[in-house]
Amino acid sequence: MRRLTPYLLALPSWMWLAIFLVVPMVAMASVSLQTGNAIDGFAMTFSFSNYSDALGRYSTQLLRSLLYGGMATAAMLVIGYPVAYWIAFKGGRRKSMYLFLILLPFFVSFVLRTISWNFLLSDNGILFGTLKGWGLLPDDFHVLATAFAVVGGLTYNFLPFMILPIYVALERVDPRVVEAAQDLYATRAAAFRRVVLPLSLPGVFAGVLMTFVPATADPINAAILGGTANTMIGNIIQTEYLTNLNYPTASALSFTLMAVLLVGIFVYARALGTENVLEAAAR
Amino acid sequence: MRGTRLGDKLLHIYTWLIIVWLSSPIAVMILFGFNDKKSKSNTSWQGFTLRWYAELFDISDLTVALRNSLVIAAVSTIITVVIGTMLGLALGRHRFRGKGVTNFLVFAAISTPELVMGASLLSLFVSGNVPRDANTIIISHVLFSLSFVVVTVRARVVTLDPSLEEAARDLGATAWGTFRQVTLPSIMPGVMAGAMLSFALSVDDYVVTSFVNGSTVTFPLWIVGAVKTGIPPQVNVMGTLIFGIGVLIAIGNAVAARRRT
Repeated sequence: MRRLTPYLLALPSWMWLAIFLVVPMVAMASVSLQTGNAIDGFAMTFSFSNYSDALGRYSTQLLRSLLYGGMATAAMLVIGYPVAYWIAFKGGRRKSMYLFLILLPFFVSFVLRTISWNFLLSDNGILFGTLKGWGLLPDDFHVLATAFAVVGGLTYNFLPFMILPIYVALERVDPRVVEAAQDLYATRAAAFRRVVLPLSLPGVFAGVLMTFVPATADPINAAILGGTANTMIGNIIQTEYLTNLNYPTASALSFTLMAVLLVGIFVYARALGTENVLEAAAR
Repeated sequence: MRGTRLGDKLLHIYTWLIIVWLSSPIAVMILFGFNDKKSKSNTSWQGFTLRWYAELFDISDLTVALRNSLVIAAVSTIITVVIGTMLGLALGRHRFRGKGVTNFLVFAAISTPELVMGASLLSLFVSGNVPRDANTIIISHVLFSLSFVVVTVRARVVTLDPSLEEAARDLGATAWGTFRQVTLPSIMPGVMAGAMLSFALSVDDYVVTSFVNGSTVTFPLWIVGAVKTGIPPQVNVMGTLIFGIGVLIAIGNAVAARRRT
């Protein structure tokens, strides 16, 4: 009985993960090779051309998603690192308060936060409407429906996921190590570059991982802030699946997206050690 | 040394600017829940009113969507916490065959993009002719929350001293008694953290739900559907109330945790 305990404890989750994570992937792989339509049904024809067709039609959106996701991730790193650094080294007894304030947006639903940006940035809204009224901005000035709005929205929405893991890594750095470097005549910049930065790299890796994947695959920011000219791959997959009922194309696109992202993740995770990433993700 | 202090000061100000930036849409959301709007759109300030708080539940399908979200979150949280705690205990305490694969699956469930998760579940349901409704939403929410509960519970389990449980057994407690009176209370903070995380993830989810909802509408889905016609102020009020309750619970937790130590 005691020998069986771990298996019995793991069984329900195993079944859940097998039936609803592994099997669906197989189902999606299968659907991506079928042909047919929503009315007459789909049949397996091993039509690998679904992939080349889908990529031929939507490579622009796929590349745009990788570009926007990459730009947002880079922006988050540049914006977030100094915040994590300051809280970790200078936050003092108020560290938890600052972290709480950084996490505050998570108490508002993702969709609502994004819509609030739509409010704030709307062409004649409280911000630009007022500035236009004062004649400080030209009448046709707008931010909504531009690439800037989408990348900015992604940066905003996922920033805490970048700050937290970097903070966790920096918090573990012993300040005495930095002092030692300075005692050995390292300048502040050199001590940062040669001591603090390398020690924070695991946090940076985890942060990049936790932000690049969801930002690249996110359909919400492009839908709410991007107008029609900034469609990302997430929007295409949603439309093909839910509106056009074109399951094979949508599945092929999802698989391509996942392949691109997951290959990246697992190469990354291998380099880091899975436990490490999970640990960072759990905090 | 003076340069150092100036740099720290600038970084301090910078951190506050980022906090202001992060909070500004929240402020807008709260503010426009009090906007006495006359036109159809709710994007410019037209005066203060409490009307939308009084008429909070006047849009019946919005109310239904909010209720759906809360019920789905409650049910999926209960399922997730039970099976996730079990797996967390197994991973944190026991050695068994398939542990490596299990860790891999837990990691894969966290790292699969939501979009791909939703799309693959829909592929399964379409292939199997499964009708999409609240049940399929619950299935998907348990799936994406499960790993978070497993990870938080496991993190707590590995810090436990196994000799406490052995002592309980030596003193004649049954296996179940030991679990209820020794193990469970000591992993409770991890379990509660996992439960809150899983409830929050469920209430908030748009992407996965949009694939598996059928004709059942949740709060986030209703909001996205209303973007084109204009978001009614009631949505702001509901968002404000959810925000307020969440913040109160978080602060209450922090205070309780401080008292314990």
